[in-house]
Amino acid sequence: MSVELAKGTETSEMKDNLKQLKQYGMIIALVVIYSIFAVMSDFKNVAPMNVNNLIMQNSYVIILALGMLLCCLTGNVDLSVGSVVAFTGAIAAIMVVDYHMAIPVAFLAALVLGTIIGMWQGFFIAALGVSPFIVSLANMLVFRGLALVVLRGQTKGPLPHDFTVVGAGYLPQFFTNIGGTKIELLSLVAGIVISLFIVFMELHSRRNKLRQGFAVSSKMAMLFKMALSVLIVNFFTIKLAMYMGLPMVLLIVLVLIIIYTFVTTRTVPGRQIYAVGGNRKAAALSGIKVNHVMFWIYTNMGLLAGLAGIVLSARNASATPKAGDMFEMDAIAACYIGGTAVAGGAGTVTGAVVGALIMGVLNNGMSLLGWSVDVQRVVKGLVLLAAVSVDLYFKQKKNA
Amino acid sequence: MSEAILEMRHINKEFSGVKALDDVNLVVEKGEIHAICGENGAGKSTLMNILSGVYPFGTYSGDVVYKGEVCKFHDIKDSERKGIVIIHQELALIPLLSIAENMFLGNENLQYPNVIDWDVTQRKAMEVLKSIGMDGENVNHTVGDLGMGKQQMIEIAKALAKDVELLILDEPTSALNEEESNMLLDLLLKLKKEQGITSIMISHKLNELSRIADNITIIRDGRTIETIVRNNDEPIDENRIIKGMVGRTITNRYPERHAAVGDVIFEVKDWTVADPEEPKNNKLSQVSFHVRRGEVVGFAGLMGAGRTELAMSLFGRTYGAGVKGKILKDGREIVLKDVQTAIDNKIAYVPEDRHTYGLVLLNDIKWNMTLASLNGRFSNKQSVIREDDEIYAAEDYKKKINIKANSITQEVGSLSGGNQQKVVLAKWMLSEPDVLILDEPTRGIDVGAKYEIYTIINKLAESGKAIVMISSEMPELLGICDRVYVLNAGRVVGELAKEQMNQEAIMKLIMDDSARKGI
Repeated sequence: MSVELAKGTETSEMKDNLKQLKQYGMIIALVVIYSIFAVMSDFKNVAPMNVNNLIMQNSYVIILALGMLLCCLTGNVDLSVGSVVAFTGAIAAIMVVDYHMAIPVAFLAALVLGTIIGMWQGFFIAALGVSPFIVSLANMLVFRGLALVVLRGQTKGPLPHDFTVVGAGYLPQFFTNIGGTKIELLSLVAGIVISLFIVFMELHSRRNKLRQGFAVSSKMAMLFKMALSVLIVNFFTIKLAMYMGLPMVLLIVLVLIIIYTFVTTRTVPGRQIYAVGGNRKAAALSGIKVNHVMFWIYTNMGLLAGLAGIVLSARNASATPKAGDMFEMDAIAACYIGGTAVAGGAGTVTGAVVGALIMGVLNNGMSLLGWSVDVQRVVKGLVLLAAVSVDLYFKQKKNA
Repeated sequence: MSEAILEMRHINKEFSGVKALDDVNLVVEKGEIHAICGENGAGKSTLMNILSGVYPFGTYSGDVVYKGEVCKFHDIKDSERKGIVIIHQELALIPLLSIAENMFLGNENLQYPNVIDWDVTQRKAMEVLKSIGMDGENVNHTVGDLGMGKQQMIEIAKALAKDVELLILDEPTSALNEEESNMLLDLLLKLKKEQGITSIMISHKLNELSRIADNITIIRDGRTIETIVRNNDEPIDENRIIKGMVGRTITNRYPERHAAVGDVIFEVKDWTVADPEEPKNNKLSQVSFHVRRGEVVGFAGLMGAGRTELAMSLFGRTYGAGVKGKILKDGREIVLKDVQTAIDNKIAYVPEDRHTYGLVLLNDIKWNMTLASLNGRFSNKQSVIREDDEIYAAEDYKKKINIKANSITQEVGSLSGGNQQKVVLAKWMLSEPDVLILDEPTRGIDVGAKYEIYTIINKLAESGKAIVMISSEMPELLGICDRVYVLNAGRVVGELAKEQMNQEAIMKLIMDDSARKGI
């Protein structure tokens, strides 16, 4: 018996290590890919302007990936988000350009519209039990078509500055001159504040755990994690400080990431999503209303698609019927590259965000190198395939 | 003695350190019907899985000698090529395909490579059906339209189509009624007489075994206890089989309970539930029962009698349509419209089949334990989870009911069956119920873990909870319950107090009821 137990401890430790490795693995993969492109592009991709573009170009993928993660956690996907992005963006643009309505009203309308579209999908999925794949496939066609109809096949623009600030604007800027370079102070301060916050939270939770006698990770692991996070945060904020400061959309994305991390890890609804994905029947017999969970997940996806619609048309300063094409695929790929289980039940917000960033770094790097869109798709496809295969390979190895 | 068609010598098999088979020996003679008997978890199915190649050569030690040669099967195909076919408890038929298609599934009659010859398929299917006396069936009809008994016979026909010489049947009659069972048993006798087919049959039903088996091998705790040989036409003594299966006095297996039985806390009146698939049929009719505080009440019955359906329909209507009847708790009527309401009314249901209904295997012990009480004690008004409370509770229960795991953050998928069952029990104990419905709480777990589960049940009863226990293992019901209701075909056909409870009395109630209904 004691031999058996000892064996058990060993494997569980290995599993813990493997889990941690997997989490860092994705971040390390991101850093490696970024570095490769840095070398290949003569460090063009680490230039301040490009870092800024990287964030602005990928913000909608991250926004969508957050919602898509919840769908993926239940073992499903939402194929309609790209079309919903186009449609909601189009409606907002039409309201502002054609009907001269107030911009906040247009924003609110796009968000409400996205939410209603989500509820519409959720109704078929939860109340009628139609497979989410089918429902969202159908709505992908419906809303792409509607986007074309309301825009009469044309681009709607240009959008006024107050509109575009959401996607292309910056938080208040405080420029100063340090050693001959123009530096934006708010970015630097934000970097320092976030770093301190990370360190404080990490120490606080560790102290809390120790006080209550719970297990904690080793000091080295904690230091490594803190150093890595602080480094990445300040890399971005310093680069942004050297350009135009903090993009408005970065604030939106950060707030969303914090909210979704909290909801998925710390709240009952979040826990219920994982339960539904992990074992639907067991979840139902534990008192979880599976249909309600499914309904709200797709409603939430609609809301985020509406938000992405606003951000995208703001960045482009116009709405086009082709906007958001294949965004659903980018968001789904981000989740799976980020380690979300294809069958559902496992996956993290951090993973999905890192997955989205990997997709973004690939897009951006390949564009800088002047690779054609066709080749870019091939590479992105292969990366997705490789990421999921490697993940599965390690899982099988673990079980063997 | 005629020649042996199969010998399994000194078979040993371990599952991650736990011995499932320990030096098992089995000799089957050519042309006989050999029964294998033993309690759940004794190792019968494991032995048959080794024989049929489900557990490939190399994962066990010992020799499988078939027709004088040592076999090294790597999968089911290998054993089927030799004429060994296993029919599992869960039928491997595809309901939407026709009888003929099912019979030759994986064994198709080909005209050209990969092109099926339907004429030959149909002709052969008809021939086989005729040989088992089912000429009346249209081979082009879908299998799903047949009754369970006929489906089981189609499985046998499927085996015959593969030129079977040794047929293994794992509890073939567990889902059948008396008439269907008899039909099946007659078929086995017929195959033996007319086609010389050897059969190995696993069964719990002693009357069937003593009727058709030539030899009976008894397995207990992974060891062969003895092989009983039939003398001429004298049926085998059932008591001897039981003694071999159980092997020890009943009192040792069930811990004593010192619970004071109190007032009636939970009462069900005229509970009638329709089958959701066929709303015209009642799966349960007019079921009434009650449980007192500190009492353990059992539900006995055959598979398909409606015991799980009863439990699930009570527990927030998770089964059935058109539910009628009353539920009273502490004398007041309650309506349990969904699971959360049931939990709020302090009812808990520990489902059968913990993998499908009880656990989220990907997640850890703590996570699973708190899942049914998240809306209660483990979250605040804003639905934020109290993670510290989770850890305290999980640590507490891990110690209290002795869950063997490295830590509460271990994935439940990596635990043994007994420990998984304890996690499910803890999950429902954490919901602080007054009434616990336990559905097959000891299925597929070893004797030691069973004892621990019984101890937990006793402690719950002693603390004033009411326990409803569903079990297919009659000795278990007899050992642990204060009172037993007997369910047959969706009706309560009898209620036995502790003094009246015995296996024969229960079976008699079932048989008499079935006889009355003429099924």
